[in-house]
Amino acid sequence: MFYARDIYGQTLVELGKKNPDIVVLDADLSGSTRTKLFAKEFPNRFFNFGVAEQNMAATAAGLASCGKIVFISTFAMFATGRAWDQVRNTVCYNNFNIKIVASHAGISVGPDGASHQAVEDIAIMRAIPNITIVVPCDGPETKEAVIAAANTPGPFYIRLGRAKVPTLENKKTFKLGKGYVLEDGNDASIIACGMMVKYAQEAAELLKKEGISARVINIHTIKPLDNQIIIQAAKETKGIVVCEEHAVVGGLASALDDIVLENHPVKVLRVGIKNRFGQSGEIEELFKEYNLTTKDIVKTVKEVLR
Amino acid sequence: MFECKKYSAEQIKKLESTAREVRRLIIKMLAKAESGHPGGSLSAADIMTCLYFEVLRHDPKKPQWPDRDRFHLSKGHCCPVWYAVLAKNGYFPIEKLWTLRQLGSMLQGHPDRRTPGVDVASGSLGQGLSVALGMALAGKMDKKDYRVYCLLGDGEIQEGNIWEAAMAASHFKCDNLCAILDYNRYQIDGRVDDIMNLEPIQAKWQAFGWYTIEIDGHNIAQILSAFEEAKTIKEKPSIIIAHTIKGKGVSFMENVVDFHGRPPTKEEETRALEELKD
Repeated sequence: MFYARDIYGQTLVELGKKNPDIVVLDADLSGSTRTKLFAKEFPNRFFNFGVAEQNMAATAAGLASCGKIVFISTFAMFATGRAWDQVRNTVCYNNFNIKIVASHAGISVGPDGASHQAVEDIAIMRAIPNITIVVPCDGPETKEAVIAAANTPGPFYIRLGRAKVPTLENKKTFKLGKGYVLEDGNDASIIACGMMVKYAQEAAELLKKEGISARVINIHTIKPLDNQIIIQAAKETKGIVVCEEHAVVGGLASALDDIVLENHPVKVLRVGIKNRFGQSGEIEELFKEYNLTTKDIVKTVKEVLR
Repeated sequence: MFECKKYSAEQIKKLESTAREVRRLIIKMLAKAESGHPGGSLSAADIMTCLYFEVLRHDPKKPQWPDRDRFHLSKGHCCPVWYAVLAKNGYFPIEKLWTLRQLGSMLQGHPDRRTPGVDVASGSLGQGLSVALGMALAGKMDKKDYRVYCLLGDGEIQEGNIWEAAMAASHFKCDNLCAILDYNRYQIDGRVDDIMNLEPIQAKWQAFGWYTIEIDGHNIAQILSAFEEAKTIKEKPSIIIAHTIKGKGVSFMENVVDFHGRPPTKEEETRALEELKD
């Protein structure tokens, strides 16, 4: 079990030791996002902007124009929502080397409630050209994603949660833009990102006991999407269930639908947040309330095969 | 009282003549494009001429020279004046000016990195001071002695992002950052005082921790002196509050709000060029 943000902070320190061009910015949440680990190690390469996310994002562009690799962090809500125009016009239009690594995405934020639970962030980032979007499923994958972002020119959005997450088994080597099969199967496909990958794995286990063979795919890179693995799943299985801790509008499911429709139409059903805001509660309660549990995935797979 | 003795009367006269030529280029460019923003380009022409022909440490043959002074146009819609001084400096051929706003042109309707000399795009107002702040922080971090200049519009500073950047620039003691406010007192919808009053403007910037210099933004000697004075200020950023006239130099455009975003017609172009003759 790891906090992805712990791994993020530690990885930043490792990267900072190797590359003097790495600069980190935060907006008064360096304790929560763990950029404070970098701040402690490299005080001259860390800037806290206070509660001013728009300024942080546009300042990152000025730094990047001078050759810096700039990581900016705050909660997903504010990094993508509050600073959207800055991210669109000043980060992405300039195609700068800026890595937005946001924590506290999704309803797994828990008790803080709807104002802090970003469930539209992938949708609003995905609409912008030039940006790469990664949603890691666990601690080790977070590390790989952050390293890949540092080594790949251009803007990135890496989406992390607040909660401690288990480390997954059977993972393949992380390759940007490439999904991979975690469990093979040929009745239905379950395609998931982030925290939902673990539940997808559990759902496949339960389905197996009922004689249903489900393929589980971890699709950590939402943009650019791995079309090939999706088309293959559409061709080789009878239907697809997409699982994301995000609104069903504009996220992974929407992106996947486009590919399936254009290439090999099959039935696609969604496990995600359906046109609702989040609310306060413990993670398990919330996942139940918003139908994001293992049981919900099992049910939806049966539906897709009906 | 700061005294600047660096420039001779002759140098000043030459810059005045260059500024007139810059204005002629703006008029021709916009008449050809049949769209664009003359008012705020003309009000900033003297400031931009001083920057690009006297103040900035730069090399048009090496636009990416790491030690160059940085300039960022936060009021991006006034790019015609930027394009004019860049072309006249040799960043690209003058003929390119006649492609402004055309499909595939290196001169987009708002600044874009495809133009040699443009480091960061702009156009969505209120973000440029942050961009300049980032450049200033990078300079400090890298222990470089370049300075960063940023031209702001007056309507533009109604954006909240400007004041976030203002707070941060003084917090981080960016004395290598100098902003210039083109205070022509007009915005698209009318007089700034009527739409959303900025006064007391000097007190606002001072309260945010900035060193302020107020000048007549069409007086070359005052502009040059202000830039020299700003260089002497330590531990805080400076802002030159330049009182200007929207549409300056063309009588029928001066203080006429319609010319914020309307280009001159063919006939108006001829009249304007006649008035701007050297």
